[in-house]
Amino acid sequence: MAQVHFSAGLRDLTGGLAQVEVEATTVRRLVAALEEMFPGLGDRLSEASSVAINGEIFTDAEFEPVDSDSEVHFLDIFQGG
Amino acid sequence: MAITEENPGYKWVGTRPIRPDGLEKVTGKAQFGADLMLPGMLFGKVVRSPHAHARIVSIDTTAAEAMVGVKAVITGSDFPDLAANGAHASDIDVASNAIAREKVLYEGHVVAAVAATTRDQAEAAAKAVEVTYEVLPHVLTVDEAMADGAPLLHEGMITKGVDPAPENPSNVASKILHERGDLDQGFGEAHVVVEREFTTKPVHQGYIEPHAAVADANTDGRAHIWCSSQGHFQMRAYSATVLGVSPGNLKVTAAEIGGGFGGKTVIYLEPLAVRLSQRAGRPVKLVMDRDEVFRATGPTSGTRIRVKMGVSEDGKITAAEVWMAYEAGAFSGSPVGAAGMTAIACYDIPNFVVEGYDVVCNKPRVAAYRAPGAPMAAFAVESVLDELARDIGMDPIDIRLANAAVEGTQASYGPKFPRIGFVETLEAIKDHPNYTADLGPNQGRGVSAGFWFNAGMMSSATVHINENGSATVVTGSPDIGGSRQSMALMAAEELGIPYESIKAVVADTETVGFNDVTGGSRVTLATGAAVVDACRIIVEDLRARAAKTWDVEVDQVEWVEGQAQHVEGTQPPLSLNDLAAKSGRTGGPISANASLNSRGVGAGFSTQLCDVEVDPETGVTRVVRYLTAQDAGRAISPDYVEGQMQGGVVQGIGWALNEEYIHNPDGVMENPSFLDYRIPVASDLPMIDCAIVEVPNPAHPYGVRGVGEVGIVPPMAAVGNAIRDAIDVRMTDLPMSPVRILEALNEQSD
Amino acid sequence: MARTHITAVVNGDETEFLAEDGTSLLNALRDEVGLTGAKEGCGTGDCGSCSVMIDDKVTTSCLVFAPEANGATILTVEGLADSGQLHPLQQCFLEGAALQCGICTPGFLIAAKALLDKNPDPTETEIRYALAGNLCRCTGYDKIIRAVQEAAREMRGQ
Repeated sequence: MAQVHFSAGLRDLTGGLAQVEVEATTVRRLVAALEEMFPGLGDRLSEASSVAINGEIFTDAEFEPVDSDSEVHFLDIFQGG
Repeated sequence: MAITEENPGYKWVGTRPIRPDGLEKVTGKAQFGADLMLPGMLFGKVVRSPHAHARIVSIDTTAAEAMVGVKAVITGSDFPDLAANGAHASDIDVASNAIAREKVLYEGHVVAAVAATTRDQAEAAAKAVEVTYEVLPHVLTVDEAMADGAPLLHEGMITKGVDPAPENPSNVASKILHERGDLDQGFGEAHVVVEREFTTKPVHQGYIEPHAAVADANTDGRAHIWCSSQGHFQMRAYSATVLGVSPGNLKVTAAEIGGGFGGKTVIYLEPLAVRLSQRAGRPVKLVMDRDEVFRATGPTSGTRIRVKMGVSEDGKITAAEVWMAYEAGAFSGSPVGAAGMTAIACYDIPNFVVEGYDVVCNKPRVAAYRAPGAPMAAFAVESVLDELARDIGMDPIDIRLANAAVEGTQASYGPKFPRIGFVETLEAIKDHPNYTADLGPNQGRGVSAGFWFNAGMMSSATVHINENGSATVVTGSPDIGGSRQSMALMAAEELGIPYESIKAVVADTETVGFNDVTGGSRVTLATGAAVVDACRIIVEDLRARAAKTWDVEVDQVEWVEGQAQHVEGTQPPLSLNDLAAKSGRTGGPISANASLNSRGVGAGFSTQLCDVEVDPETGVTRVVRYLTAQDAGRAISPDYVEGQMQGGVVQGIGWALNEEYIHNPDGVMENPSFLDYRIPVASDLPMIDCAIVEVPNPAHPYGVRGVGEVGIVPPMAAVGNAIRDAIDVRMTDLPMSPVRILEALNEQSD
Repeated sequence: MARTHITAVVNGDETEFLAEDGTSLLNALRDEVGLTGAKEGCGTGDCGSCSVMIDDKVTTSCLVFAPEANGATILTVEGLADSGQLHPLQQCFLEGAALQCGICTPGFLIAAKALLDKNPDPTETEIRYALAGNLCRCTGYDKIIRAVQEAAREMRGQ
């Protein structure tokens, strides 16, 4: 099960949970699973997050693979200059 | 000078040749956005709001339209109403910022535009456009915007990220929050706690080239745009959104760009020029004057930041509490998110709360400025850390070493850091002779550090081998800092041919695949990765062609220093020239393309050392010595890596000492010129010493880390900490201008 | 408005062009003579990007009315190289990586030439003050100053 971490700003949608374990093979499936667990969370993640998988940050992570060892963080989107 | 982990014996990467576009730039041949002249070209002029906040009651263009030489006049009604079309909120904001519809939200907001045969005619016509406004109350700072009962910019704005969601709208677009551990416990464990409140003013990127665009539209809805930008594909996308057309209808050619620093990753003039050209049936050139650049293009946010930190007796940070409010300008989207993620990212802190607010106000919409959001937060955090070090009598480098994030540290924004080079930059400062140089009267020394993620994103590149074995490297990343040189160096390394036989060019949106913006310190990494991939495809192709020529298996062919070599050694080598000259018989032209969404971004750290001298009579601060140490991973082009380091430092020095937007109570900018918006000049500064640290990024073929941005993150605190050292005054409000220093000195002596 | 006929020696060539009285020399050089090397960074004489030599004096051409240049000898960045041979300043800027975006470079080259013509052996401080009227946002000035020092050395034959 992938370990998914939420920044404090997302916890209004997770009922305060900072971390959950989710079974999924890609980020897209992971987000879909999270939407089922926490309605509204999936939309917020798609809109306003980039994803770090095992420390590497992705901006378009939909089809990136995750596995049972993956540590996944959803991050606020930031812009470079 | 470079501190290198290990140099694998590169032949081209790491050298200092002359950049490909240099000759054009020193002879005046290089074509920037305002340099293009087309037959029949008209001059455009924009009509802008004089009010910070007002309803547009009516716009009467009849007088302007009737004037001599005027060929087109446009207003917001000449553009599609994206809100009515159900477009995405962020697209609506882009369109509303490009030209106002019902309301103007800042002084300088576009209301109309004209095109005429001469500049003077265009200016006269712009003045003749009659706009009737109903002036509304306005807010200019986070304090005013967040106050109870403040006038609202957007009636429907409900703060996101707050639970439960507020009932009433406000000017707070969103809240961000990062938490770890137990703050009270952490402060309880501290030997010393310091709490300070800081303010910073909006500052402009300050590019010397004002925005410029030329558009040539056809009657079938297609148009060709030439503009100076940090990303012509992005300009195409935004322009298409605002104009309501397919991006495929717009061809965008990247002119050379005279500085951007993030401020040219967004559109201003482009859709206006296209629409004017369509109405007039002739090409239109639109150029901002300096006044317009200041009044109407995004600076970065002014802020209010509170930081409270505690350390143990031996210098370990036990707790950190950060509260931040960032001005977004007229539309949501300040860089408070990145600020929240970077504020304490340099350090391994077990207990923290970082809270931030994105606040709209009646000023130009902020645009990205070099590591957007990070410098203000670093000013606050690094100043407090400096106080803490003083209170426990600890060396400023040592206190940072004691808390430094390393490989495996869980970053304050979540994931664990891979191999990073922060400690190495701290050590580079400490080991440098500047660290122990003598200081004279009224002089002081300050240290500061900073972090930036760097970005990856999408790039495309094509590499062609010409019939004589020379090569052309084609990318779509506008070159702000010398990136064409880095592309050619990497291609030379991959293909094994001399740098001088490679030409690196930036192609338009029709002749190269999609490229994300030149920004986010991503081009050497991401566009470089595309160039490397294309070269590797070519090398495989060349091996196959040599194998065919020798009638052997491909595994009998090695590509070494620009030649196919036969492993068994019975065939004489075939050079790239040989294979290119006869490419027809081995399969046709030699060319390859690579498009990617890049992987393996490596974060960047910078530690900086500043010596200042403060004149106690005038309050003037002079930087007498400056050293910056930055982890570049691998410096593909050391000359231009140093250039990025030095440029970021000097922008930070300006931000620290002089630069600020000054608005009168009506929300009108009072200093929109380089005379009164004072950026550093040559006589203000010493040489900027550079230590390039190389802790290679393990995820990149050459170990590259982005270098363009992180250099601007430490300087404000480095200067502030040096001033503190010199005159025993902690400056908490930027800029630390002479007037403010004198006020502080006077208060101190009272 | 009728345009004034102006004759000047530009980069060694006798040149004629038309401009309205209120047109800046900068815009006349760019729009009428086709020399776009001088740039407008501010239009108010604060940034130095428009620097040209008028009768051996470095001048911000945005603050000169075009008719004022009638009969003058003007040098722009396009006139620095001699039959394809770069001026030492141009060569040293290239070799010293003294430019990034390059928008300020023409102005700096003219201002630096004006300095070295008068003072062939300037100190670092003298160079910095002579170039204080030219703004650069990309480089932080370090490599520009070094390039001018190197060019001065070369021009002194050292």
